Amino acid sequence: MNISVNGQRKTISIAKLTMALEELGYKHMKLATALNGEFISVDERNNTNLKEGDKLEVLSPQQGG
Amino acid sequence: MKDFYGFKPKSQLMLGTAQYPSPSILVSSFKKSNASVATVSLRRESGNINSGNSFWSIIKDLNVKILPNTAGCHTVKEAVTTAHMAREIFNTKWIKLEVIGEEDTLQPDVFGLVEAAKILSEEGFEVFPYTTEDLVVADKLLKSGCKVLMPWGSPIGSGQGLNNIFGLKALRSHFPDIPMIIDAGIGLPSHATRAMEMGFDAVLLNTAVAKAGNPIMMAEAFSHAIVAGALGYQSDPMEPRDMANPSTPIIGKAFL
Repeated sequence: MNISVNGQRKTISIAKLTMALEELGYKHMKLATALNGEFISVDERNNTNLKEGDKLEVLSPQQGG
Repeated sequence: MKDFYGFKPKSQLMLGTAQYPSPSILVSSFKKSNASVATVSLRRESGNINSGNSFWSIIKDLNVKILPNTAGCHTVKEAVTTAHMAREIFNTKWIKLEVIGEEDTLQPDVFGLVEAAKILSEEGFEVFPYTTEDLVVADKLLKSGCKVLMPWGSPIGSGQGLNNIFGLKALRSHFPDIPMIIDAGIGLPSHATRAMEMGFDAVLLNTAVAKAGNPIMMAEAFSHAIVAGALGYQSDPMEPRDMANPSTPIIGKAFL
């Protein structure tokens, strides 16, 4: 299915968010996720299934003022 | 010294982590600054680069308190969602709440700020609201659950210092018991000294150090500036006079 990841179109084969993150290359990373504008906690990822057209944001710690 | 949600900092300088020429200069600047708090953000992660883990490994070794921000958020929803993400990733209730209302000045949208502060305070966050010197907004933020205020000195990254001395003095006087941090617009160590001499409890800055020609030296300068201002305030300064008053005694002067 096609989804948007950080504003870029990506094709994934796994619906479960936890697995999809691994498929997208996010392994062993300190990450926070939001799906269609809603925060998805680490605990919720395993119970969250992606669907066609979803907008996923994957964020990590970065510099800030 | 006032505490910030129970945290008593070793120094009254809080430092941002953005725009340094290199990670090693960031680390050296922090060491020289003696800063007690580091601000950080959340940004999009590319799976290939893993920049987040690299950055985090540097920051956690600074051994300072982490204050995540909601920089760049323009709506209440964006700011609240970002705060939720920050709480999980940084494992802290602290959030530097920014809801930006205007692009040229990056002035806070104080209406959205109050709304977001109320939501987050009710959820148990310890909110550091980036606000203006407006007394009415300050009062509403406190009633929304904030126990710290962060009035701006001048627009973010401008380096103009304290643009509205009268307004900041009024804010400080009106809420004498509230911990207040001057955030944004500081360009020179003397600006930070001035803020501390006025009785503010800390100064948060980033660009003034990171974009200096020698960030490490500037960090050290700010460290001294903060201490000088705080000691000056605590020393109960003399009142200014309109006319001269000789400091050398008149009595005993020779008639020549």
